[in-house]
Amino acid sequence: MSDPSNETPDAAKARSRRNLAIAGALVVFVILTFIVTIVRMGGHAFDHGF
Amino acid sequence: MTDTTAAAVSGSPPARWTDYVVLLKPRVMSLVVFTALTGLVCARASMSPALGAVAVLCIAVGAGAAGALNMWYDRDIDGLMRRTRARPIPTGKVQSADALGLGVVLSLLSVMMMGIAANWLAAGLLAFTILFYAIIYTAWLKRSTPQNIVIGGASGALPPVIGWAAAAGHAPINAWLLFMIIFLWTPPHSWALALYTTGDYAKAGVPMMPVAKGGASTRRQIMLYSLVFVPFAVAPAFTGLGGALYLAVSGVGGAVFLLLAFRLWRSGSGEADGATSGLYEVKVGSKDARNLFAFSILYLTLLFAALLAEHVFGLAPLAAGPRAFW
Repeated sequence: MSDPSNETPDAAKARSRRNLAIAGALVVFVILTFIVTIVRMGGHAFDHGF
Repeated sequence: MTDTTAAAVSGSPPARWTDYVVLLKPRVMSLVVFTALTGLVCARASMSPALGAVAVLCIAVGAGAAGALNMWYDRDIDGLMRRTRARPIPTGKVQSADALGLGVVLSLLSVMMMGIAANWLAAGLLAFTILFYAIIYTAWLKRSTPQNIVIGGASGALPPVIGWAAAAGHAPINAWLLFMIIFLWTPPHSWALALYTTGDYAKAGVPMMPVAKGGASTRRQIMLYSLVFVPFAVAPAFTGLGGALYLAVSGVGGAVFLLLAFRLWRSGSGEADGATSGLYEVKVGSKDARNLFAFSILYLTLLFAALLAEHVFGLAPLAAGPRAFW
């Protein structure tokens, strides 16, 4: 792992943007999983009794 | 991430998120998305548009993951070739371990998501494609045989089959016909490029056909593959897959393809010894190779665009009868 205290401002900015990109990708993945789940369940989600 | 310190030490610029996008080979991804989407639409199956979009996304991400794994493995030779030396790993922007991690994680995510969103046949085909490209082609065939891109081309030919399987749950003969079109298109396309970048491949020790067998043999094989490829390219018009538009595009384009392959066969491409200064600058006598290379991209694009347009706009195929069989 890198030591942020030794980073140049450019490197810190690049790292910050990479972290945001990873966070964005994770959010997209969660949303996709949610959408796929809902569509796959379709109208059958509430067919079964509790 | 480990690249920041490495970059600071080596003086390389820090990795940006776009460098990781480059690892995924976006230009290859765009072709994969296009052919996979065509396969998915041609299946004419009732699939939710949302799930179809997710399936295509999975294929795109899987292709990108295979690209990252390819760049990780080829990090030693990429720096030797003009075509690849600006990639993120040779330039020191991205650590090789990060590329490997990205490739593995995206492979797993894309295959799992495909299984959940579509079906496990499509997921299995996607996993096979990634492993075939990363292991069979990149790690084994590429550096060991002049037939590398012939056999390895199977991975680039599978996306329309995956798209078809994602939509329909099975892969009939027409899906495999799309596979054969790309599979047989790959050798003339790749070898035409290799004919005027021979020096690069030789420097890296990659036994591409012009390096291993010479220009004359390569041009002869391009001609032979073209003679087999063009009938396959026209075939969908007679199997209930393509219609009149497809027949016109594949027929006229196929004639031009054969003409360019014939001109290349009769030329001295791959034999001129003159040095070049630019990446895609053409050696003396290699103009015919560049012409075929450029047209091959256009032809494949037009073939799949014609199929896509016919199925999106509901144009009837010429032979509707045997569709159930195909």
